[in-house]
Amino acid sequence: MSLYEIIGGILIIIGAAFLFLGGLGILRMPDVYNRLQAGTKATTMGAMSLILGVGVVKMEDSWTWIVKMSIIIIFIAISNPISSHALARAMYRRKRYPFIKSSDKNMDAYREIIEKEEKDEKTVMNDQ
Amino acid sequence: MIYIFYITIVLLALGMLFAIIRFIKGPTAGDRTVALDTMTTIIVAGLVIMSAVFDRFIYADVALIYSVLGFIGVIVIARYLEGAL
Repeated sequence: MSLYEIIGGILIIIGAAFLFLGGLGILRMPDVYNRLQAGTKATTMGAMSLILGVGVVKMEDSWTWIVKMSIIIIFIAISNPISSHALARAMYRRKRYPFIKSSDKNMDAYREIIEKEEKDEKTVMNDQ
Repeated sequence: MIYIFYITIVLLALGMLFAIIRFIKGPTAGDRTVALDTMTTIIVAGLVIMSAVFDRFIYADVALIYSVLGFIGVIVIARYLEGAL
């Protein structure tokens, strides 16, 4: 194995592990904001690392691979935070409140405020 | 080198399986959209891995176009859920 393959292989394994953890987090997290955190930040990092790793592995064949992989990396780095922000704002405006653990004493005041606001809300939106 | 690609494909398939479970189970439309966004990113990574394994350049172009279309789809669904569309 050459040096390019060792460095690129390490980057590919790191990226794949981050993508796997993003998928696991989107299954295990309790509410939509936590799922956004796991499902967009971790996968952005994972995809960028994996694509850079593929570009480094193929760099000893030709230099055109790393240029095209850089285009994909730049586009992912621009577009993924925008879609994550749009989704979080949409969920906030649809009044999806964050998950509150029922045994947490410190959150009691916050829960009372939320329940009062939900009671004041006359128009109940359809969920699905 | 090929074993690294085997490990990578197994990890991506497991992440994809978890995202599909959330996509089917998700209580609200927002959860399903988040799962769709994650699935789009994992598919882009899988296409890039395919282009490296088969040594074909054109799968990288497919990955770029797929990420553009997935981004537009998620933006449109988010604006629709917000009520601004």
